[in-house]
Order: sequence, then structure tokens, then C-alpha cells
Amino acid sequence: MAWPDKTPPDANEKRTLGKGVFRKCDGCGVTIPADDMVRNFEVCPRCEQHHKLGSEGWQLLLCDDGILDEWDEGLAPTDPLGFSDGRPYLERIQTSQKKSGVREGIQVGRAHLEGRPFAYGCFNFGFMGGSMGSVVGEKITRLFERGAAERLPVVLLQASGGARMQEGILSLMQMAKSVAALERFRATRLPFVSCLLHPTTGGVAASFAFLGDVNVAESKALIGFAGPRVIESTIRQKLPRGFQRAEFLLEHGMVDMVCSRLEMKSRIAVVLGHLCA
Amino acid sequence: MATLVLPFEKPVVELLERVQELEAAALGEPTLAPELAALRVETEKVARELFATLSPIQKVQLSRHANRPYTLDYIGRFVDQWIELKGDRRFAEDESIVAGLGRFDGRSVVIVGHQKGRGTKDNVKRNFGMPNPEGYRKAIRLFEMADRFGLPILTFIDTPGAYPGIGAEERGQSEAIGASIAAMARARVPIIASVIGEGGSGGALALGVANRVLVLELGCYSVISPEGCAAILWKDGTRAEEAAEQLKLTSADLLRLGVVDAIVDEPPGGAHQDHDAAAAKLCAAIRLALAELAPLDGAALVDDRYRRFRRIGSFVEG
Ligand SMILES: [Zn+2]
Repeated sequence: MAWPDKTPPDANEKRTLGKGVFRKCDGCGVTIPADDMVRNFEVCPRCEQHHKLGSEGWQLLLCDDGILDEWDEGLAPTDPLGFSDGRPYLERIQTSQKKSGVREGIQVGRAHLEGRPFAYGCFNFGFMGGSMGSVVGEKITRLFERGAAERLPVVLLQASGGARMQEGILSLMQMAKSVAALERFRATRLPFVSCLLHPTTGGVAASFAFLGDVNVAESKALIGFAGPRVIESTIRQKLPRGFQRAEFLLEHGMVDMVCSRLEMKSRIAVVLGHLCA
Repeated sequence: MATLVLPFEKPVVELLERVQELEAAALGEPTLAPELAALRVETEKVARELFATLSPIQKVQLSRHANRPYTLDYIGRFVDQWIELKGDRRFAEDESIVAGLGRFDGRSVVIVGHQKGRGTKDNVKRNFGMPNPEGYRKAIRLFEMADRFGLPILTFIDTPGAYPGIGAEERGQSEAIGASIAAMARARVPIIASVIGEGGSGGALALGVANRVLVLELGCYSVISPEGCAAILWKDGTRAEEAAEQLKLTSADLLRLGVVDAIVDEPPGGAHQDHDAAAAKLCAAIRLALAELAPLDGAALVDDRYRRFRRIGSFVEG
């Protein structure tokens, strides 16, 4: 197909550049140099608003030199139920892989945190809402198993809408599988630090997320069992301000601390320093 | 006893009512016995045929049937010396989960099960079988007691799901469910879970981490309710029928997927038509499951349970 060539050759470049140079903060609305935002791991330097940080960002933030020796990269989903919501599940997977640039809902591996080797896991919320299906459940299970075998503490960063509907009951069973693996890990007296990022809900919240020896919540993250809309429609009431935010959970005794993304690494390092023999 | 009849079960219910009438008449008139026997055969045949063609959403409706036997109905039929134990020792007693000690097949066991109510008043008291965190914390207390005293655990699953409320979130619904799963995973005693009705998501799984998981023929077990699934996928809760088909939540699906170990068949017309017969069948299935586990010691039981759940899931590795 022939297109009238009206576009100046560098228009695309300009557009990317224009988008790339400045960013408007979702919190204070101030325009911030994009580089500053990236360097600050998507935390606004003026108002500390936390914007979405992808898994590669988290890797850079938490792992020394951003280096991760990834485990079980090759695990890929199948379609055990023959699920379709109009579009087949595997097609949705492919679309999500292209859009997010990652293969599945979690990345795991071995890295160092302030010099200390540890087993690292980080949900990819951009991949189907970080939902937990068979691959995610298996990778978390192996993370705890391998952590125990290699005598590594486990630090898991959660950001997930919950169990993956498209794998039905098999997704639900991943909760039992991963928690059972955590129980075995626990028996080896190695620490598990659970980090609850924005958002952590449903089946991920209701399995390992609150079972950390230490639970760390990211500032203002939405964390809860049921989604706010489900609760609202059940009780037919407006939800109180700040409900299910990290600070609400701290107040109710569900997490040990709430901290900015930028403090997370140093806090975890102190915890591991105390708990690792 | 069929005070509530779903449209599609009507032909079977009518036949069952005729059987009952004839049974009453045959008491004083022995010559009616052959007719009664024939009618029973006919009823069973019609019931089998009809139930073989039920759609997943119809099975979901039957799993929620208001006349279906609940945990206490089973306990009343095959547990002796039942003594209920209440409270989580932290905040409250949650009546949507019943827990206690009893004798099953001559040995003491710990029993924990979801409990729905009959009628509005009872259902309010039972919160429609939807536990708050306190219910799960009571369950954990009992699981740990079972572990300490070496008592087998029987659980009964029948819930639309854990309660989605403000208080439930404030008091840590997520933590309570996760901790209950963990407590079951580490208990050094045999655990048999039976899905007797609705197995609704994490709120069901919190009582489901067992060495053997049984499901009644018309029981369902799902990651999300068909209504909830339809609301998320299509923004249309009325498309539950399609969602029920996609979710693969019937007993036959669950067996095929390796999520349950056995299906316990139900009397003609379903467990809600004959609580005694349903209880007898479930009792026999639990007895069998416990016998299989008898040779295993505490550590072997924990390993057996780990391996059981460890293999569930579907993925490729490349
Ligand atoms: Zn800002």
C-alpha cells in the first residue's frame, strides 16, 4: 500500500524525544525531566509519588549492579482448560508477552543484595496483571526449594491481581503448592522477606505474601484480599479513605513497615544482616 | 423434604415424591412391594439420565441447593461424641466455620468445616458460609491441636468464598487464609478434605490442603465464581453459564485435572434428596481414604501432602 509521504523523516524521532525528555508526575502534576524520574526508580523527586516500575527497574533497584542470574526462564504456560473469553488464552498470552516484553508473570533467580547472595523473585504486573497461574506457582515453588538447597534467603516482590482465572482451579492450587514449599523453606531456618508492592491482592495476598518473617509494604500500595469494588458491591457502602493502602495495613498490624521504594534495599539488607547466620 | 425445586430437577423430584408416597402406602399393604421396587428402579434410571446431561451451571446451582446437607448434617450422621470447640482466642467466634472433636470410625478426630445456614435467620448467623479471618484462625488453632495430639483431620468445604468486608480486611483476611494453608501443609497427621458443596476460591482452599481431597458428585471447586468470572471477563454477571463451562469446575473436571483424588457419588436426584444416603457414601469414602494413609507416619504424611500439591499445574519447559 502506498502512503503519501507527508511525514518529515525525523518526526517519529522528535515525538519519542519529546515524550522522553519530560514527564508529568501523577501526584503533583509537575513536569519532571524524564531522566531524573528513571534515575529515581519512577519515584517523583518532588512529591515522592510512586509510578509503575517494571521488573527490569526492580532488578536494578534491588540486585547489586542490577545483575540477576535468572532461574527457570524457559517455563512457559499451556492452556490446560481450553479457556477462551472470546479470544483463546494462548493468544492472550502472546499478546501480553509482546506488550510487556517478558515471558510470564514472574522473574526469579540468584543475585546479591549489598554483597549478600540471595534468591530473588519479582512479579511482572505488566504481564496479565501479575496473575498467578501454573508457571508463576511453579517458579515460586522452585524459588523456595532452590533457596533452601543453596542456603539462600528469599526476597520476593509481589505485584499481582491474584490467581489467574484462565487456568481455573489449577491457579488456585498454586497457592497451596507455593505455601507448602514456603513451609519447607521455613523449616531450614532461612529468612523470607516478603515485599508487597502496588497492587497485591487476591490469591497472591492470601497465600505467601503475608507469611514473610518480615513483611515490607511499598508506600501507598493497594494491598488486600478482596478488590475494593467487590467489597463495595457486597456491603453497599463507600469505602473509607486510605482503605487497603499500605499505611492502613501497617496501622492494623499486618506489615512490619511501610517504606519508599528508594529505602527498600537498605531496609532489607539490615533485616537479612540480622536473620542470616 | 424437597421444599425447593430447581426447574430442571422437577421430573426427578416428582418421581421421588411418588416413591415416598408408595413407601408409606406399602407399609400397610405388602402387595405393593413389587410396584415400589419397579418405581425405585425407574426413578434411579431417570435421575441418572437427567443428571448425566446437566450443564456446569446447573451443577453449580445444585452444589448451592438450599436443601443440600451441610457440614453439621454429616457430622450428625457419622460422627460420635461430637463436641464443638469455639473461638479463635483473638477476636471472636465465627459461626461460618464449625470446628471440634469427634469420633469417626472408632477413633478421635479433629473436624473443621464451612457451615451454611438454613433459612434467612440461620444464614445471617452463619454469614451464608462466608468466613471472616476469625473462622480461619479458629481452624488454624484446631489444626495445630490435631498436630499436637496426633489426631487425623477431616475438613468439609462448602463456601461461596471468604467474606469480602471492611472488618475482614482490617483483621487480615489474606493473612488468615495464607496461614491456614500453611498450618495444613505442616500438620503431621492424616488430612482428608471433602468438597461437599461449593468450593469457592481461597476461602475454600484454606480448608483444602489435605492428603486426599474428595468431592461429592455435584460438588464444585473453582478459582472464582462463574458470576464473578463473567463480571470480570465480559462485564456481565449474567453470562455465568458460559463462564461455568470455561472454568472446568465440575467433579469430573476436577478429577481429570488431578485436583481431587476421588468423586463420591450421590443418591438419585442428589445429596439434597437423601441426606442419610449421601452421608453413608461420604462416610465410606473418608474411611477408605484414611485407611490408605494408615501406614504413613507424621513426616511421611507431610511429604505425601507436599508431593500431592507439588505436581499440580500445567506448563512446558524449554
Ligand atoms: Zn510529584
